[in-house]
Amino acid sequence: MIAKKTAANLPNFPVMNLQPTTLQKIDEVITHYPVKRSATLPLLHLIQEDLGWISPEAMEWIAAKLELTPINVYEVVTFYPMFRQKPIGRRHIKVCRTLSCALTGGYKVCAEFQEQFGSQLGAVSPDGEVTIDFVECLASCGTGPVVMIDDDLHVKVDVARAQQLSAQIKAGAKAQPTP
Amino acid sequence: MPAPDQHRLIFAHIDEPGYSPDLACYQKHGGYAVMKRAFARKPEELIDEVKRSGLRGRGGAGFPCGVKWSLVDRKSGKPIYLIVNADESEPGTFKDRYIIHQDPHQLLEGTLIACFANNVKQAYIYIRGEMPLGARILEKAIAEARAANLVGPNILGSGYSCEIYVHRGAGAYICGEETGLIESLEGKRAHPRIKPPYFPAVLGLYQCPTIVNNVETLCHVKHIADMGGEAYTKIGTPNNTGTRIFCVSGHVQRPGYYEFEAGKITLGQLLNEVCGGPLPGRTFKAVIPGGSSAKILRFGERFKGKRKVGAELVDYDWGVEDVPMDFDSLGMIGTMGGSGGVIVMDDSVNMVEALANINAFYAHESCGQCTPCREGSLWMKKITTRMVHGTARAEDAALLKSVADQIPGRTICAFGEACSWPTQSFLAKFGDEFKNYTETKQGAPAPATLI
Repeated sequence: MIAKKTAANLPNFPVMNLQPTTLQKIDEVITHYPVKRSATLPLLHLIQEDLGWISPEAMEWIAAKLELTPINVYEVVTFYPMFRQKPIGRRHIKVCRTLSCALTGGYKVCAEFQEQFGSQLGAVSPDGEVTIDFVECLASCGTGPVVMIDDDLHVKVDVARAQQLSAQIKAGAKAQPTP
Repeated sequence: MPAPDQHRLIFAHIDEPGYSPDLACYQKHGGYAVMKRAFARKPEELIDEVKRSGLRGRGGAGFPCGVKWSLVDRKSGKPIYLIVNADESEPGTFKDRYIIHQDPHQLLEGTLIACFANNVKQAYIYIRGEMPLGARILEKAIAEARAANLVGPNILGSGYSCEIYVHRGAGAYICGEETGLIESLEGKRAHPRIKPPYFPAVLGLYQCPTIVNNVETLCHVKHIADMGGEAYTKIGTPNNTGTRIFCVSGHVQRPGYYEFEAGKITLGQLLNEVCGGPLPGRTFKAVIPGGSSAKILRFGERFKGKRKVGAELVDYDWGVEDVPMDFDSLGMIGTMGGSGGVIVMDDSVNMVEALANINAFYAHESCGQCTPCREGSLWMKKITTRMVHGTARAEDAALLKSVADQIPGRTICAFGEACSWPTQSFLAKFGDEFKNYTETKQGAPAPATLI
């Protein structure tokens, strides 16, 4: 009988420079599921939070860790909009594009952020500071237009507020969520 | 007639000054007492209470929760899973966000009662990826509950054990569809499964029987266990029991979330009195009453027919403002109560642009599995976008309708219906705007860009 391959003895286990806390969280989260493959999304989140994006090596690493083939991880990365296959700016600005926010001026807000950073949608701004994405519904339609900057939600963001938030980002300060 | 007062059952403590999401605060307000009492009862009794309550799922379809539970295969010998659907992503809907952020233990208590009633030992909360803060709050709440022996092995010495984990999505709308959600939780692309045979109640997560319930639905379960199914039916109206949370967004003076007894408030009362009416100098033009896939209503149109009131059939003749906000009434006039997301548009809105915005959403979110939906949603987006950008062809309005009509009923999941209903209803109600779009656009440019 052939011994079952484990992550540790796979020949193509790429070297990943992950923080010890990330590795610890990865081992913990795998125990949440009776089937390892279920941990694919959690591992992608943890690695993206640590390294900022999902590299081909990361996909191979996750595949080995969960005893999958790399295509199993790759097909997940390409399906879900939140997983990135390239690095982004230091801050990630996500402006909601969907109807309720559009009705209250979301398109103007997105254009203002682009203008402030001279940036194309989805690309890193020339100063490396931000990546701006125009995303679908963020589920805070009653307070539109809404913007997420990294993990923080900012509500009722008009053009003036977008300028303010941009200034805070440029000053290197953490933009404060709307009270 | 003045609007009734809000009846805050689920949102009782939302925005209450001093109310915090931690366990101590929840217990100070009587938290987990209902669960303790429920655990002393027989699980079947709790299922009966939920059946008696008439509770209908709050995620969109309005399927009776008790029936959903009774379909679960309990003889397979396999474990039964419960998944909390916290993938709130239907545009216009934002109720679960506040429950999760401000009162997470209410959700946990409801979930634990539902798990106990259905002999579930493992539950997952599938929360959408764009709510990282909500995921952290839930994880903290579960950790607190675990430390207090409210989650985990042998809960409060009852002999019953149940574990709850949070699982984050990653930005795909289709994960709100329960079989797509299950695929996603299994670590795959969220391609919905074909039914039959893959009814979650029989072949769900890991091919085991699985219950998928919405966040708000599970919070209602807690209150049903508390007051009893019979008492719960006294809230709301027959067949539309309990309360409903309405999320109002778009062009009203006071957008936000409001909880009322189901069927006791009309759309007109909600928009004019509760939400303060249209913005200054504007009039209402259209409203989508139950999330962006619900069919649009045009102010000024009338609905006539017969409806059941008690045992009798009564004539009704309603304007948009007169429609009671419940599943059945909204269904009768050709739309749906859905997830409770009410999107309001005033006379500044050009309907072609609004539809183009919605179509861009559905084209982006189609999972790509079924050809009619993958191709159809994209073509509807292409056509409406070129209408907006002035490169439409003479036959485009007819082509748009033809594409929309060929999607519903031909796909694995209800996304096919969800993406075609907006186009079908916009064309049916605002066909003139689509025919004369080029002239109307030149006449009055829209104040807000929608596409």
